[in-house]
Amino acid sequence: MARAVTNQRKAINTAVAWGIGLLIFFPILWIFILSFKTESDAIKTPIEILSATWTLENYGVVQERSDYGKHFYNSVIIAVGSTLLGLIIAVPAAWSMAFVPSKRTKDILLWMLSTKMLPAVGVLYPIYLLFIQLGLLDSRAGLVIVLMLINLPIIVWMLYTYFREIPGEILEAARMDGATLKSEILYVLTPMAIPGMASTVLLNVILAWNEAFWTLNLTAAKAAPLTAFIASYSSPEGLFYAKLSAASTMAIAPILIMGWFSQKQLVRGLTFGAVK
Amino acid sequence: MATQHSRSAARLMMAPAVVLLLGWMLIPLSMTLFFSFKKYLPLRGDSLENGLEWVGFENYARFVGSSSFWPSVFTTLLIVGGVLVITVALGILLAILLDQPMWGQGVVRILVIAPFFVMPTVSALVWKNLFMDSTNGFFAHTWRAFGMQPIEWLSQASMPSIIMIVSWQWLPFATLILLTAIQSLDSEQLEASEMDGAPILSRFFYIVLPHLSRAITIVILIQTIFLLSIFAEIFVTTGGAFGTRTLTYLIFQRVLESQNIGLGSAGGVYAIILANIVAIFLMRIVGKNLDA
Repeated sequence: MARAVTNQRKAINTAVAWGIGLLIFFPILWIFILSFKTESDAIKTPIEILSATWTLENYGVVQERSDYGKHFYNSVIIAVGSTLLGLIIAVPAAWSMAFVPSKRTKDILLWMLSTKMLPAVGVLYPIYLLFIQLGLLDSRAGLVIVLMLINLPIIVWMLYTYFREIPGEILEAARMDGATLKSEILYVLTPMAIPGMASTVLLNVILAWNEAFWTLNLTAAKAAPLTAFIASYSSPEGLFYAKLSAASTMAIAPILIMGWFSQKQLVRGLTFGAVK
Repeated sequence: MATQHSRSAARLMMAPAVVLLLGWMLIPLSMTLFFSFKKYLPLRGDSLENGLEWVGFENYARFVGSSSFWPSVFTTLLIVGGVLVITVALGILLAILLDQPMWGQGVVRILVIAPFFVMPTVSALVWKNLFMDSTNGFFAHTWRAFGMQPIEWLSQASMPSIIMIVSWQWLPFATLILLTAIQSLDSEQLEASEMDGAPILSRFFYIVLPHLSRAITIVILIQTIFLLSIFAEIFVTTGGAFGTRTLTYLIFQRVLESQNIGLGSAGGVYAIILANIVAIFLMRIVGKNLDA
């Protein structure tokens, strides 16, 4: 039986939860508000800021001064590229581990997870050196490869937990009916696996978009994504609050929206299936 | 039953992922190990072509012996510990609150998890300038409105400031996972205890908390792994000054700023060992879950 809840208690819950929710969200809201103010208004007191006039000029200035478009393009290529490349490599691996498990499957999965624990700074110089040798420093291709590798364990794990939920009997039935391995994957598995794969892609694009160790240390002017674009605002020249806000809004808005759609997958992906 | 044929096909399908990750792990790791036993200062003319001098464990001893080592370990532990305490404690409270019946639950949840999607460089820069700046920041205006002297957050209270920024980023993660766990709690059990007259605190300590213990453990372990290597938050706020130099940041400075590769590599090996100690615990829990 559902618990009877008085409207009064519900109203209190609502008020407290909304209060805390808005408090936590406030910094993001504030960035958004400041991005529509002039520089001289943006440094005033909060009340003066709210009553000041609204403007769109910051967005134009940011694009003009630091070429938002180029960095956005780099971010998209790096995030989407590394995720898709990871998917191509991970799907066969996760498929075989989920449907043809062997005694070593568990060990392999755990070992893959352990590579994720390798602290980036521990291998910073080797990667830096290899990148110089291979001409990958400050290239999008280099970052696609590195981010693919650091997210590959998560992609394999997420796909594995999704694939394992697909009932094996269906595959066996297909096999009995004489389906080849190829048609089994193409016509039986893929349609059932697409929702899980979509969630995996979503979460990994988010993770790659926000990655801020390798993207800061392996790029300069050419391949810098939005993480580095924003970091360039850390040494301000004169008034810059409104422009920083506009730049920040443009850097986080796409991923914030994607993130809200992937809440549920986030839990599964980031706990490696341990919490569902 | 899997046939012999499908077994070898399976192995083949696994190969690219395994080989790539093996390479990703072994090649840089062995290079780091190699450099950690060498004297390697590119700016002073050392180069791979001319061969590097073998110095045994000297780098390891010097890294630990340097005056910045123990403070950096202490700073790291303080940040990790502080963020864990804040995010887990507030996360539990928020998860319980969000699990209650209310209007607009979905919207509140979206508001609460939003900070997780903000990239670390944005979050750090915005906190540093828009909020913590002692002249024009939001906090400075607020402090002045109440007639108080604004605080120089990132220099006078550098550690609490960093811990606050990082907690803001990770609170959504803890909340979301604990909320997922709390939703699987059998509500009949809670109702029964409520009818039996169990006060709210004992319901929390004897029913809710034990139910959440596994999720809490997972939150702690996963966050620890990520928190041990936070970088951007320090890089754009204090640059390691004012006692905020973590182990990760110290190694970064040794390697890229002072270009002492041997010393930095030895530090890297320490960081890897530290991360692996945490990782072993996490793997045990995840591994148990695989059998279930």
